[in-house]
Formats: sequence, C-alpha cells, structure tokens
Amino acid sequence: MQLELRGITKRFGALVANDHIDLVVEPGQIHALLGENGAGKSTLMNVLFGLYRPDEGEIVVDDEPVRFTSPGDALAAGIGMVHQHFMLVPVFTVAENVMLGHEPTRRGGSLDLESARTLVRDVAHRFGFDLDPDAVVEDLPVGVQQRVEIVKALARDAKVLILDEPTAVLTPQETDELIEIMRQLRDAGTSIVFITHKLREVRAVADVITVVRRGRIVGTAEPTAAENDLAAMMVGRDVSLQVDKAPPQVGDVALEIDDLTVVDALGTRVVDGVDLSVARGEIVAVAGVQGNGQTELVETVLGVRSAVAGSVRLDGTELLGRSVRDVLDAGVGFVPEDRTEDGLVADFTVAENLVLDLVHDTRFRHGLALDLAAIGANARERIAEYDIRTQGPGQAAGKLSGGNQQKVVVARELSRPLRLFIASQPTRGVDVGSIEFLHRRIVAERDQGTAVLIVSTELEEVAALADRVAVMYRGKVVGIVPGDTPRDVLGLMMAGVPLDEAQRQAEDHPTVETLIEEGDQP
Amino acid sequence: MSDELVGDVAAAPPPTPPRDEPSSEEQASSWLRRVATGGFGVTVLSFVLAFVIGAVLIAAVDEDVDDAASYFFSRPGDLFSAAWDAIWSAYSALFRGSVINFEAYTVADALKPLAGTMAQASPLIVAALAVAVAFRAGLFNIGAQGQVTVGATVAAYIGFTYHLPAVVHLPLALAGGIAAGAVWGGIAGLLKARTGAHEVIVTIMLNYVATYLLAWLLTTTAFQVPGSNEPKSPAVDDSAQLPPLFGDRYDVTWGFVVALLGAVVVWWLMSRSRLGFQLRAVGSNPRASRTAGISVPRMTTYVMLISGALAGLAGAVQLLGTSKALTDGVAGSIGFDAITVALLGRSRPLGIVFAGLLYGGLTRGGQFMEVATGTPIDIVLVLQALVVLFIAAPGLVRGVFRLPEPRLVEKSAA
Repeated sequence: MQLELRGITKRFGALVANDHIDLVVEPGQIHALLGENGAGKSTLMNVLFGLYRPDEGEIVVDDEPVRFTSPGDALAAGIGMVHQHFMLVPVFTVAENVMLGHEPTRRGGSLDLESARTLVRDVAHRFGFDLDPDAVVEDLPVGVQQRVEIVKALARDAKVLILDEPTAVLTPQETDELIEIMRQLRDAGTSIVFITHKLREVRAVADVITVVRRGRIVGTAEPTAAENDLAAMMVGRDVSLQVDKAPPQVGDVALEIDDLTVVDALGTRVVDGVDLSVARGEIVAVAGVQGNGQTELVETVLGVRSAVAGSVRLDGTELLGRSVRDVLDAGVGFVPEDRTEDGLVADFTVAENLVLDLVHDTRFRHGLALDLAAIGANARERIAEYDIRTQGPGQAAGKLSGGNQQKVVVARELSRPLRLFIASQPTRGVDVGSIEFLHRRIVAERDQGTAVLIVSTELEEVAALADRVAVMYRGKVVGIVPGDTPRDVLGLMMAGVPLDEAQRQAEDHPTVETLIEEGDQP
Repeated sequence: MSDELVGDVAAAPPPTPPRDEPSSEEQASSWLRRVATGGFGVTVLSFVLAFVIGAVLIAAVDEDVDDAASYFFSRPGDLFSAAWDAIWSAYSALFRGSVINFEAYTVADALKPLAGTMAQASPLIVAALAVAVAFRAGLFNIGAQGQVTVGATVAAYIGFTYHLPAVVHLPLALAGGIAAGAVWGGIAGLLKARTGAHEVIVTIMLNYVATYLLAWLLTTTAFQVPGSNEPKSPAVDDSAQLPPLFGDRYDVTWGFVVALLGAVVVWWLMSRSRLGFQLRAVGSNPRASRTAGISVPRMTTYVMLISGALAGLAGAVQLLGTSKALTDGVAGSIGFDAITVALLGRSRPLGIVFAGLLYGGLTRGGQFMEVATGTPIDIVLVLQALVVLFIAAPGLVRGVFRLPEPRLVEKSAA
C-alpha cells in the first residue's frame, strides 16, 4: 500500500503546526520522520491517524484520496499507530488487549478468547517475536508492552505502521530488539513511519529520512548521512554533538557514599552496599539500565527515600536522616528523573516553577509574603540566560515542550550556589539543540568547582559528560571506570559483566551499537 | 531476534513502566480541579438551563396549569397562559424575595430582600472559603459542616456564659469559633499527615461526632436556658452579637464585612504568601513539592487547620449574626452548601463572594416564593442541585447549547 500526504496544513490558532507537508511512504519501507520536539511530527501523524482534521491538503492511499474522521477510519484503511504512551489496559492480558475494540464472539455473544490468543500467537510467530497471549500487560517490561501495541496494530491488518517516538521509553537492549522487529516487518511488506529525534536510530534503521523543522519539511536525507549533518538540518544550525570540555580540575572529595543500602517496599535491596565518591570539579556518571537502583540511589541522597544502612556525607556532614529541605539547604541541587512528576508543577507558571524550592529564600519574599517583583525579575533573567522558549514568565510550565521544561528545572537548580549537583536523566525526551545547551551548562557548573553526579541510561550522554563512570547493575556498582571507556564495555557492564570480562567480550563480539557507530548498514 | 538478547532482558530487572495511568485518586482530584476551576461561560449557561427546567417544574406543579391541562384539547391556549402566569409569578417572587421587592411602598422596604440575601450569604461565603482553601491544596474538606457546628457551639458558649464589654466579648466569641473549627479540621489534617487516613472519611465521621456532641451538650444544664428542659441555649449577650450593618431594619450584620475580609485574607494567603504558594504546589503536584523540599504532611496539617478555622468562623458568624441561640439545627446545611458555593465560585475568593450571594439569594427568594405564590421551596432546591449537576458535566451544557469543545491543546507536539 502506498500512502501519500499532499500539502497537509494544520493550524492551532496562530500556530502553524504543519505547513504544506508532502510525504510519500512506499510499501515495505521504513520512513523516518526526524525532527526536534515541537517540530510538528506528532501533529502530522495525528492528522494521518484521524485524530486531527487537516485545515488543508489531502491524504491519498493507493492513489485514492481518503478522509479520516476518526482513528477507526484510519485503522480500516490499514494504518496502525503505536503511541509514545501506550494505549493498553494494564490489568488485561495481552490477548484481551489485542482484541479490545473488535472482540471476537461466539454464538450467544460470549467472548471468544481462544481465537484472540491464536491471533496473538499467529501474528507474533509470523514476525518472529515472542509474546505470551496470557501474560497480564502490567507485569510486562516496557519493551514487551510496546510489542503488544505493535501486535494490536498488525492484528487489524495494518499495512502502514506509525511508531511515535518508540524508543523514548526503551533501554538500549530493548531498542536493539525493536530495530530488529522493524526490519522484519519491513521485509514482510509493512511500511513503517518512524518518528524520532534520535539520530543514531534513524541511521541504523531508516530507508528514507525526512527532516521536519518548525512545521515544514526541510529536506530528505540518506541513512548514510553524517550525524552532524542530520542534526544541523533538524535544528537549523550547526550543533556540536560532542561537548567540548577541558580535563577536570579535581579538588577535594565532596560527596562520599559509603556502603549505602536501600530496601524497597517489597524488601528487595534496590541499592546494595554502594560505595561512591564525587570530588569537586568532576562529573561522575552513574550508568545502567533503567531500574537497577540508580534512581533510588539519588533519591536517597536527596532524602525522599530512606536508607537501611550506610552513610552519605557531603563535605563531611551526614545527609542521611535529614529532611529534603535540609539537604537542599546544604547546597545540593537536584534535577529529578521525571520532570513532569517530580520537577515541575504543571499548573504553575514558569516564574513560579523557577522558584519552587527557593521561596524560603529572602531574595524572593518579604516576611510571609512573596516578592512577586523579584520572582518576575528572576524569571526574566533565567529565561534569557537559558533561552527558554516560552510565551512569557506567566505561561503555565505544563504547556512548554519537554526541552524547555527541562531547562526550567535545570535553571532553577543552578540558580543558587551549589556544593553538589545531581541530575537524573538530564536530557531524557529533550531535543538535540537543548541537549547541547544543557550539557554545556553542566560542564560549566563542574568547571566552577561543583561536584556533579549524573544518572543516565543513555551511553552517548555518559560518554559526553563523564569524567568517571560508575556502572550499576541490580543495585550494586559493577565497576568504576574512566569516562572514555569504550561503549561496548560499558554496555556489557550494564548487563552485569565485570570489567575484565567485559573488555574481553567486547573485542570478540561487537554489538549492534558498534556496527551503527561504524556506519555499517545491514 | 537472537535468544541471547531475550535472555538479557529477562535477566535485567523490569524497568519501571511509565507512570501514565493515573491512580483513581489522581483521577478524582483532577476531576475535582476541573470542576473547581471550570469555565465561567459554562457556569452562566448552567443557570440558564437550570431555570428553564425549573420553569417546567413550576408549571407542572401549579394547580391552575393542572386545571387547564384537563381541557387542553378544547382550549389549548389556556394551558400556555396558565403556565406562563405560574412561571412568571414564581420567578418574579423569587426575585422580589432575594434582590429588590419592586412591589414595596418605600425604597427602604424594597431593599430589605437584598439585605436578607447578604445576611444569608455571610456564613456561606466564609464556609465556602474554607472548602476552597482545602480544594486548592488538593484536599476535599467534606467536614465543613462539623467545623461550622463546633465553631457555632463554642462561639455561643462564650457569648452567653461570659458577660464582657462588646470590644472584648465579640472578638473573643469569634476567636473561640475559629479555634474550635481549627481543632476540628486539624484533627483530620493531622490524621492524614501522620497515618495517611483519607480526609474525606475522617471529616465525614467528624461531622457526626460534632452533630451528636452538640445534641448531647444541649441536654446539659450548662447549655440550657435555666429552668428549661428544651434543647436550646440562652441567646448570646448583645455584647457578643454581630451588630446590624445598616440599622435594625435590615437583617444584614457585620458578619458580611467579616465574610468580605475573609475573602481578602484568603486571596492574599493563596496568591501572595509563601505558605499559599507551597499549599498550591502541594495541591497541584505533591511529588514535585516534596522534591522541592516542601513537607507535604506539614502542609496537609496546615491547610486543614486553616480550612477548619474558616469553617469555625462561619459557624460563629451564623450564630452571632443570625441564630443568636444554639439549637441542634444551628449549622443548617451551611457546611454542605459551602461545597457547592466553592465549586460555583471556582475556588476563587471573588467568585465565592458572588456565588455565596447567589446561593443566599436563591434560599431567601425561595422562602418568599413559597409564601407569596405557594410554589414549593423544593423547586429552589432542585434549581440549586441542577446548577451543580450541569457545572459538573460541562459537556452536557455545551451539547445543549451546541457550543464547540474547548480547543484541544496539544500536549507535546513532537
């Protein structure tokens, strides 16, 4: 099936989200739609999927113009979509989720679960992946949940599959698996529209790359194009993907974590005897697959989680057992992993969010009252300094794009003198232009002599920032290695392989990651 | 895909799934926030719709209309004119009883209903402020009723037991009401902060405790008129009463000024103070607040203390301004109506002042309407209920008036 978009324009008030977009998706092709957050990729796909109606332009399927008024129409025309946030019922099984919406019934109206199970097995078998129809969705890892979404679309005979930022929630291994699945689907004749802002993945899997910027198509590229060129097209200017940083001027040890053990509600040791130190003027990155205790480690340092054993000292003062307020006052800046849940109050204005943990500071209050003038002035300064794209200090923070939200959080945390700066996933879901900016700010903070602790699951980020890397696996530190350790070795350590073993294996078996690195196209 | 990769995933602990599915509690609170801060247009249209349905009900229960309906097929015009008469007389009586009595002989008399509305609205506004403060901090204070009851009880006790000059007596009685309400609300706040007990359950239970506590107190000699067995306290001293605002002729007392001051204080607290900033932050996103070093349990306790104090003040205003003596029905339904008024006023102080006046007006006007036209006051209760129903279901109102959906704001255009 050939799918064509002709002159699609979609406006939201004064904002033109899509400006005369033309796009052709050939059968059996992986078509990557590359663009920053807010470039209009998702809007375009929502038009294609019948969620929005275009103001201008038409959708053409096999040379027939079609009109979609609802996702049902799009599904009927053979277009399936896997949303960034899954549309699954967590308490249902895989088979139940797949049949949801067009449940097969036996005579008398009773559900025919068996045929749904068979369908799941058939589809999974046809494309060579593994899925238990009776598993309950909420028990499955995110990567497998995503497979359920894909099967759901395929089970309705989707000929074109739209994947909206599919790798945003995946670990590196899961991403590799997804790439494999996408290739199999393509080989079986399914077209895939792959929406992303991650250059590496695009180059690994796409047949055609279309770059979108500010609602317009700015060009197409071959998958062999260099990352820097793609980034420049996407952002509209040259970006350096590698942070320029001088060798660290390492000072005294600031943060000392000794034998820290944290237990979760189920009694599992999520942080298991961790020893780690961060000196002034260096960046230590904690690398690891999501869910190996990194989050709990930094939350314990902040004091929102309590430890069962060990100690956390900042410049010799014990932090454990103190309130979050005290820890922040001791000179700790904290950027949480999940900015929308933990970093920002979405209903609050940008100005209010920029002082969320600073309103006790006499800079921003007169006695019991807020000093609105100072808060406003602070907001204007931070917005200018961090180039936060907002309609103004009074705009609700929830309305900003992911990158700008993150800039708000980072700007707030760096707006006071710090002894220790902790950032968890500082650039997750952030566009390329902002990543560059945030990385430079973090390095600048290091160069001012602050101890910096970064938690990241992205190897690129670890490689870009870290002076030393601590790899965590199942709550333990597998090893602490220099920042320039090869990606393969880090990847293997993230799977729990000790350093020496990892180095040996990395030489024998290069992984998909390295193949991509070398520009090898499968 | 190779088996080795599958093995890797199985070996690693499952990553935490994205926190996309809000828990039922989060959903409830976002619904609450939407209702509490919904559009102004919908509020107005909800009234229009409620009055239209009210008109049908008025016509339906009217005897003349009923008579005319019996010979509808011979003279259909009679039915419509009878219905029109019934609706017009009922609604004009509602207006005359609540705003301006245009049939009165003097200007002074014509303005009496408005003063009555203000008197009726005073405690309601204060109690609604109490509910709104809690709303905005993410708590649902169903317990305003109990807090009003204890506030009125303590204010009354101070009012009739001690005999002091007015400059001391009245403030003392008001302060007593505030303190009692704060304690009552504070219990719920402290229990939530310390043990996680849900404030809705706790405050509902405390409502019963307050009601029966008052009923029991009224059987004791300390709370009864000497020499009487009636469950009614003596009237409070004149020195403890809220004086009339515009002279004895009008019902409205300084309680209305207290209500307006309360609105100003709440506005300052929520919009301009550091505490209000933290309360609102906790109400909108407790996790981000905790990460920012705000103690959520402490804020929970504070907000229930403040909310309870305001509700206690409402009880004191009702008693010292209107009831004067304590009976078991002293709180009426102020505490529950306050929830409605807070919703109507979209949890904003100015909105609550107007919503309180409106609600007070409907109550006063309804009473007058029943006397003047025989239309049952239940119609007014139905009107009030319908207004809330429509505000809670904005989609329904938009459907009836064929309004467009509010423009979908794209969450994150990627």
